[in-house]
Amino acid sequence: MSPLATIRTPLPVLQARGLVKRFGRVVAIDEADFDLMPGEVLAVIGDNGAGKTTMIKALVGAIEPDAGEIVMDGAPVHFRSPIEARSAGIETVYQNLALSPALSVAENMFLGRERRIPGWRGRFLRTLDRGGMRREARQRLSDLGILTVQNVDLPVEALSGGQRQGVAVARATAFGTRVVVMDEPTAALGVKESRRVLELILDVKARGMSIILISHNMPHVFEVADRIHIHRLGRRVAVIRPEDHEMSDAVAIMTGAMEPPKTDPIPFVRTDRPRQEGQTS
Amino acid sequence: MATDSDVESVFAGREERSPLKKVQYFLHLYPTTIPFLVLLIGIVVFGVVVGDRFFHPFNLSLVLQQVTVIALLAVGQTMVILVAGIDLSVGAIMVLSSVVMGRFAVVMGWPPELALMAGLAVGAACGFLNGLLITSLRLPPFIVTLGTWSIFESINFLYSKNETLRQQDVEAVAPLLQFTGHSIRLTDIIPLDFLRGGVLTFGSVLMIFVAIVVSYVLTRTMFGRHVYASGDDPEAARLVGINVRFTLLKVYTCAGLICGFAGWVLIGRIGAVSPNAGYNANLDSITAVVIGGTSLFGGRGAIIGTLFGALIVGIFRNGLALAGLQNNWQNLTVGALIIVAVALDQWIRRVSV
Ligand SMILES: Nc1ncnc2c1ncn2[C@@H]1O[C@H](COP(=O)(O)OP(=O)(O)O)[C@@H](O)[C@H]1O
Ligand SMILES: [Mg+2]
Repeated sequence: MSPLATIRTPLPVLQARGLVKRFGRVVAIDEADFDLMPGEVLAVIGDNGAGKTTMIKALVGAIEPDAGEIVMDGAPVHFRSPIEARSAGIETVYQNLALSPALSVAENMFLGRERRIPGWRGRFLRTLDRGGMRREARQRLSDLGILTVQNVDLPVEALSGGQRQGVAVARATAFGTRVVVMDEPTAALGVKESRRVLELILDVKARGMSIILISHNMPHVFEVADRIHIHRLGRRVAVIRPEDHEMSDAVAIMTGAMEPPKTDPIPFVRTDRPRQEGQTS
Repeated sequence: MATDSDVESVFAGREERSPLKKVQYFLHLYPTTIPFLVLLIGIVVFGVVVGDRFFHPFNLSLVLQQVTVIALLAVGQTMVILVAGIDLSVGAIMVLSSVVMGRFAVVMGWPPELALMAGLAVGAACGFLNGLLITSLRLPPFIVTLGTWSIFESINFLYSKNETLRQQDVEAVAPLLQFTGHSIRLTDIIPLDFLRGGVLTFGSVLMIFVAIVVSYVLTRTMFGRHVYASGDDPEAARLVGINVRFTLLKVYTCAGLICGFAGWVLIGRIGAVSPNAGYNANLDSITAVVIGGTSLFGGRGAIIGTLFGALIVGIFRNGLALAGLQNNWQNLTVGALIIVAVALDQWIRRVSV
């Protein structure tokens, strides 16, 4: 019998076991485990320096873990660069945004996956379809309600911190097909802008994708999350449901003031067949 | 759901700006405006002060001939500076390429076409070596190219035994190498009387052609976007999946190849092949790039600005000379232009809403 047939819960989208990453003598993540279910908003909380950013970077191919296993849709994956994770449908809003300040909003939207014009120039010279990208960027941004139309030609550095964050969020939500990862996406945002991002997260969820949301804002986390992954000293110490716990409990577990509750582990599913492109579960 | 007006106010709000801010903002969007204006002002001022001698087609084509070699090197240098690098070895690569072309043809008797190819290949190889040292050993470009500058220059002297190939000898076996020095009369292209006396060398045509190709690559192709992104913020570029190190390697190699072409133009300019030519060419190329508005911090700038920069240096030197001011005054002016250009760049970079 195939291992897939033995489980009753839906197949997790993304799982990791025993992830380790050291920077010199600093152990940033230490045997961290991770589970993301289809169509859920998973919040990841933890103190500064707990290793949240490092963990999601390892998951999306931005850094290579020293040890541990990652599977997507039950099949092992080894993303060697963020571009491979992107083509598997995983988009990321990095904590530092990963925008190129001198390039325009439209150019940033398509950075690393530029559209080319059809014909020999596109094929051999890799000539950009600038008009097409500009139109599409404008369309996607206004669909998402992030930026007004005329702004797509402005260099990103001419935008305010909140607008920049809007561009990074829009880029990820516009192109993601399976998973959108957001590392503190509301950190530079005001109240209204933060609300808009929370709405976007729920939009993305409604489109059937999974979201990983790293945030320090407990009211936000408790508002949108289906499950909360609590990270402490480089590893996952608990996963709780917002309806079962108070915010103060989450903070207490996060800081070590409270014993983490026992949770039923999600089984780690790994087949040895390679992941199929464009697969949905 | 947010309403439309909500959305506008949420992410789009922009307040009124002071006039100075508006200028700063405009220059930020169109940084080539400044070198263009400086060039224009230079032409007008020298036109008024020096008069007809300055505007004579013969004089203006002389300026173009004088700046061609530096402008070509500066095109390669622009690519390097756009990725936040610097190449101090461009002059040495150029001279080494020209010496290889000359000696392969004249001393070793290769067909001129093959000797030319060999020189270009040596240029590209030198650039590739620079790129390899910078990307694989992760050394600062300034240090790497300071080292390779000495190395290429020494190889050049060792290989050429410090011996100049005379113009007649080159002409006898490899006229192709001097082709870049030949020229056509402007009146042969456009039969207008006021162009009488003006000439265009094939070296200048080659320079303009290379500039157009590089400009196309930088502004219209995926590689160009990746060049700007890699120079602007390498970590951000890496996170969106751009192979930054490979991009840098390609940039330095292209710059080396362009230096090879500059070596060909150099032979045309002086007729002979001399291992001692091109002194200061590396610094002059950086000067042209900087005055042309390309940021030494990487990620912003344009080839057209660099061409303006090279022309500004040429026009100012020529105009000051015609006005009777000698070398020291010319150098002083160019030095002041460099500082003004860099100060302006710093100011423009500080723009934000
Ligand atoms: N590139 C790096 N080099 C060295 N140390 C790092 C690097 N990235 C993260 N760290 C260290 O790893 C630990 C975890 O950092 P991080 O993952 O950013 O935590 P969090 O996102 O939870 O605040 C910290 O001690 C941090 O200093
Ligand atoms: Mg972090």
